[in-house]
This record gives sequence, structure tokens and C-alpha cells, in this order.
Amino acid sequence: MAKNSLGREIPAQWRGRTLDPYVDPWNKKPEVLRATRPLVRRHPSDSKLLPSLRAALEKCELRDGMNISTHHHLRNGDLLLNLLVKEMDAMGLKDMGIASSSIHDVHAEIIPYIRKGVITRIETGVNGLIAQMVSKGELKCDIIVRSHGGRARSLVTGEVEVDAAFIAAPCCDVTGNMNGVHGPSACGSLGYAYTDARYAKKVVAVTDNLVRYPAAPISISQSDVDYVVQIESLGDPSKIVSTTTRVTRDPAGLLIAKYASEVIHASGLLRDGFSFQTGAGGTSLAVADNVRRLMAENKVKGSFGCGGITGYFVDMLEEGYFETLFDVQCFDTRAVDSMRRNPCHREISADLYASPFNRGCVANMLDCVILGATEVDVDFNVNVNTESSGYLLHNTGGHCDVAAGAKLAIVVAPSMRGRLPVVRDSVTTVTTPGETVDVIVTERGICVSAKHADLVAELKRRNLPVKDIRQFHEEITRVTGKPRPVEFEDEVVALVEYRDGSIIDVVRKVHE
Amino acid sequence: MQIRRKSTAGTMQSSDLMVVVEPAETLQIDIESTVKKQFEHLIRARIETTLRDLGVAAGHVRVSDRGALDYAIAARVETAIHRASQE
Repeated sequence: MAKNSLGREIPAQWRGRTLDPYVDPWNKKPEVLRATRPLVRRHPSDSKLLPSLRAALEKCELRDGMNISTHHHLRNGDLLLNLLVKEMDAMGLKDMGIASSSIHDVHAEIIPYIRKGVITRIETGVNGLIAQMVSKGELKCDIIVRSHGGRARSLVTGEVEVDAAFIAAPCCDVTGNMNGVHGPSACGSLGYAYTDARYAKKVVAVTDNLVRYPAAPISISQSDVDYVVQIESLGDPSKIVSTTTRVTRDPAGLLIAKYASEVIHASGLLRDGFSFQTGAGGTSLAVADNVRRLMAENKVKGSFGCGGITGYFVDMLEEGYFETLFDVQCFDTRAVDSMRRNPCHREISADLYASPFNRGCVANMLDCVILGATEVDVDFNVNVNTESSGYLLHNTGGHCDVAAGAKLAIVVAPSMRGRLPVVRDSVTTVTTPGETVDVIVTERGICVSAKHADLVAELKRRNLPVKDIRQFHEEITRVTGKPRPVEFEDEVVALVEYRDGSIIDVVRKVHE
Repeated sequence: MQIRRKSTAGTMQSSDLMVVVEPAETLQIDIESTVKKQFEHLIRARIETTLRDLGVAAGHVRVSDRGALDYAIAARVETAIHRASQE
């Protein structure tokens, strides 16, 4: 057991893997060549079309202990992963790993197959019930939490080998050309699946919308696809993308958004060429709304908007506030529609979006990003993985990637949630290191990292409520009372990888 | 003050709590809370202080808490007791 540079106890080894404790956000360098796979030759008369998922699983020659992947663009509407796991069980496969880009509540259906030993590893973190059960010790399954950029990195370096990638393709032809913008299961960008298409040993396109050759536009091309399978339905369209994403109406959320946009204005970054990312939460969208107004008032023409894209960003593109949208994932139907009609609404891969190990990712070009937090601490470390109850419940997403890349990473959060203070002495789990977080904005005060003395002075000049984070922590805790610390056992149930593959924290079993 | 009949106060909204009080021979306080792990001791302490201030020595007090702050706990308990003390 050794402590990493943030003081987190990291075991030397975990489930057979030697761990590399986190040191800092920048210094770890790749020491391997890009992962590769055998070339193949296809005769013009070869058919890729297979009659069923079972046939595809057999063609991929899966054996016990291998990894499969899916993408999470269908979110809680995804049916594919559950079908695959049931089929693998029927084939008698054991000890399989899931290396999907994320796992959601809908995948709780695989719990019985984890109990049976069909699935023993999840290589990408989990949202929801499975993670909570593993935290409680009710379910045995190795979980490694990876960010979007970190997952792309782990495939490109070959640290995670995907033996067969099953790519849900809302629009696909018999050779495997595919896109996400047409068809009943349209989800927009296929950004997370690009990396799988390039690095998995075998690539299977699975579609409920087989169209005449060629499927255009081509997001992922036939030259990367081994097999094509048609199934009845990829998912439940009502759960794939939300029909609407809305600005919050909560007064505290609106105040947070107002402060956050004032911080952006005060930072001096709001000038021609401004680039920006927010999430789809109500407060994040309220920040976007304010930023748009500030851009209009100050006649600022931005360069690009990035991330999960919403209708708000589409409006900003079409009204000329941004020249380009970089879209790794569509959050609502308006974003999907925009991808069909706007040539400057660009689909990008998770690798291009956020990987630390390539020749430069889009996140590095961001001026400002708005991020959420379950907890922050007096050192500006952020937790989005575990709840304050200690249970692992959420995936990292791009959180630590864009915090590292952006010039100004702003965390927005209410000062307390259901009595739990957002600022802690020390976060339950470190997702994103404080060194990469610049400002924390709550409705009761704004805390700025010590490295931004100029910004503090400017915010004070504007009469904004800037507070020292330690004093702010005391102020909030006086209102909420001091929470009793959650007790953990020694057993490590999940690793939290930083984007470079070092271990920034571990999740321990909660003592009940 | 004396608990003469069953009464309630509060809601099940986030950051609020629901208090149910009933007559009983002794004082019994049952707490359910979304933040029980972290805050049960403080919730109990605030309920006990409020009951003591109101001179309540016996009764069954049940609380379903949704992360309410101390002032809300005191106000809801006090209201429930006032309602329960009326004939």
C-alpha cells in the first residue's frame, strides 16, 4: 500500500494488475506503440451479413476471459448489451469483460449473469445499481472507472483489448458503413464507437435499419467492419435522446449560472475565438444562456462549442455565436437534427475529443468548461463518482479530461444538497485533481484557485461574493452540521483511473 | 406540553421532513432519513432539544427526513406537537 500524491492509499496490486499511483496531471508519458490488429482481405463476393447476434458471437471466436464492447449513445434506451450478455450465457461463456463506453441503469438486467460468472469485469465504470451493489459487497465484479479520454487511451495503447466490438448502428448498409443520424434509433454522433471500430479485434455492426448501399453519410466505414447483423430493435427511442433539455427554473441554480457567467466574463476569455463546453444539466444550460447573452452584448464571435451537444448549442451555431460544434455525443433530438443539416456540426471520436495520449485533443483547445460535482474539497479536488454515502454510482464522463484541457474549468454546484455540504475537508473519491480545477461556483459564494490572483481581484472589483474555500467550507458546515464520515472496509472494489492510466483513487467497500 | 392525539406536520419534499406524533407512555423517537448515515445524531439531538423546550416528556415521534436543516426540523416538530396538544 502506497499513497499517491493526493494522499490516497493505493494498493501495489489489484486483481492481478500492478498499479501506477497518480503523481500529477501532466508528466506520465505513453511508452508503447499504438495497438494494432491483423489486416484482412475481403473478396468482392464475400458477404458480411450474419443472421443473428449468436452467429456473430460465434464468428468472432469468443472464448472465456475475453472482452466485448458496446457504445452508450443509446443510453437508457440501449437493448444491445443485455441481448449480448444473455447470448454469451447461452453459449456457456464465462469470465467475460465488458469494455463498453459506459453502462446505465437499463443494464441492471445483466446482474444475474454477473452472479453466474458470465461477466466478471467492467472496464469502464458504471452508472447506477450495479456499481452500488458492488460497493456494498452484494455483487462481485471488478470495476475500473475510466474517463472518456482515458477509455480511448486504454484502447489505443492496448491496455484494454476489445476482442469484439458490437456497434449499435442506427443506419447501416450490408458492408458496415454506418451513421447515427437516420433511422428509428437515431442517436446522432457515434463518437464513442469510433475508437472501438479502429482498435477492436473484430467489429460487428448491429442495426435495426439496414439500408441500400451506401449508407450515407458515413461515420464509421466498411473498411473497419467485419460483420453486419440486423435485429428487430436497437432500443427504446424515447430513452435514447431526450426530446427537450431545459434551463433550470430553480432560483439557486439561476444564481449559480449568473455568477458562473460573470466569472467567464471577468476572466477575459470572452473574446473573438471563444470556445466553450457545458453539460446538459439545467444549471449548465442556464450558464450557456447567460454566456450567449454576454456574447451578443459584447459582439463576441466564438470559435467552437464542444462536448455533449444540446439544442442550446445548435441555436448558438445557427445564430453565428460559434463557427463549429464538436460533438462526441448528442444529448437531445435537436442536436441529432442539426447533425443532419449543419456541415459545421462535426462528429468527433472520444480519442480526438479527450485522449491524453495523442498528438493533441480538442479538450486542449477549450477556453472554458462548466462541470458539475457531487463534492469538492478545500484543495479543489472534485468527486463525481461516489455519493457521499460512499457508494459508487456515477461514471466520470469527460470530467477530468476537459478540466485538464480547458484554460478555465468552472465547477457549478449548489452549496448543499439535502443537508450534505458540497465542500468537504476531503472528497470521498477523487475524480478530478484540484490542480486542474480553477473556480467553484455556488449560490452562496465563489471560490477561486490560488493560481488566479488576477481573477480574484477582478471578481472583487465587480462585487461578486469571492470566498476563501476553507472559510466557505466552515460557513456551509455551520449551516448543515458536520456530517459523520462514512466508514469503509479495506477491500478495494473499484479503481478510479486518471485519464493517463495512473490510479488517482480507489473505491472501498462501504461498512454497513 | 402534552401529546393528546395523533398529528402530523411537514412534507416529503427534498430538504423537508414529515413528522408524525402520537400519544405514548414513554418518549420514543424513530428516525428515517436520506442522510441517516451522516446526520442521524444531529437530527436526533435537534428533535430532543425541541421536545425538551416544549416540555414534552412522553410520546411516539416518527420522522421521515429528506435532508432538512436544523431550523426546519425544529419548526416541523414544534408544529406537530402544537397540533397534537389541542383537545
